[in-house]
Amino acid sequence: MDLSWMAWTWPTAAFFGSIAAVLVGFTILAIRYPETPRVGVLGIETTRGDRLFITLLGSAFINLGWLGLTDLPQWQALILCALYAAAVFRWV
Amino acid sequence: MNRTVNQKAWFLVLPVLVLVAFSAVIPLMTVVNYSVQDSFGNNQFFWAGLEWFEEILTSERVHNALGRQIVFSAIILAIEVPLGILVALSMPKRGFWASLSLVLIALPLLIPWNVVGTIWQIFGRVDIGLLGWTLRNLGVDYNYTQNALDAWITVIVMDVWHWTSLVALLAYAGLQSIPEAYYQAAKIDQASRWSVFRYIELPKMQGVLLIAILLRFMDSFMIYTEPFVVTGGGPGNATTFLSIDLVKMALGQFDLGPAAAFSLMYFLVILLISWVFYTVMVNLDRRGER
Repeated sequence: MDLSWMAWTWPTAAFFGSIAAVLVGFTILAIRYPETPRVGVLGIETTRGDRLFITLLGSAFINLGWLGLTDLPQWQALILCALYAAAVFRWV
Repeated sequence: MNRTVNQKAWFLVLPVLVLVAFSAVIPLMTVVNYSVQDSFGNNQFFWAGLEWFEEILTSERVHNALGRQIVFSAIILAIEVPLGILVALSMPKRGFWASLSLVLIALPLLIPWNVVGTIWQIFGRVDIGLLGWTLRNLGVDYNYTQNALDAWITVIVMDVWHWTSLVALLAYAGLQSIPEAYYQAAKIDQASRWSVFRYIELPKMQGVLLIAILLRFMDSFMIYTEPFVVTGGGPGNATTFLSIDLVKMALGQFDLGPAAAFSLMYFLVILLISWVFYTVMVNLDRRGER
């Protein structure tokens, strides 16, 4: 199968690969350890998957903000994302 | 909580997943790939890193389009929501006239976007259009192809004409669900018309109005066809909203990289709004169940 029209690069492939890995991981977690939704600081019911979605979407905005507002190296935004992820999984 | 856990039904979703993979996921991946590269055609790509994202984030052109987009969405919401409520309040509640007005009000919603655009494009022309010609002969200096303000007014009036019906229909549905007893109680208390609206009708319409506002916001935020057909984004860039600007960049200038970065950010914003929309609706439903 020729995928050259999709213009793959190693970084983007790695990016999608890790997203896919996280999705698979969370699916396995959900099957192994079923959970009941809980209500967090946002006042909405969330499951693990919801919190993952909020984390990923928020991280995208954090990265864009980092790129647009600071001149610091981009990888440092990932530290902030990790803190954000921890906060989301703890309190949302 | 004792819920039976049975996740096998998820397999039934597989055909949809395959469809979505081909229609959305694979194209989206391609856009992500484009966004970090530069191309001069011929399917040859050169690594550009985050350059395009930075360019779009600091681009005055995109900022201006975003500003116009927000102003446009704000204006049409400020007009359509109160107007829709007003229309719903003045519609008959039952009988022949109720059905007739429902059908009449729903008509604009049935017209395809590009046809709406064409209708208003001709309607507003000063040489042959009813509106443009009449205004011109009344001495109003109206020309949507040359005057930015006229173009804005035309596009906004067109959107109001096309979509107020949606708000009206939703608000009407909300009004219909209020039991007669509420009105009788209000009458006994000698409540004014305003109090009836403020303390009975508005709280009961809250759910549907929220849906109407979110729907209209999202739709207007992604608007393309109607303004494109009427003004083509002009005069100058006066009515170039986000999606029109995006198409200009991607197809007009064939700047695949920047356009891909632009559309990804646009997509993220839409995704965020959709998520808020979905969450609010689900939580409203839950509150309704309790």
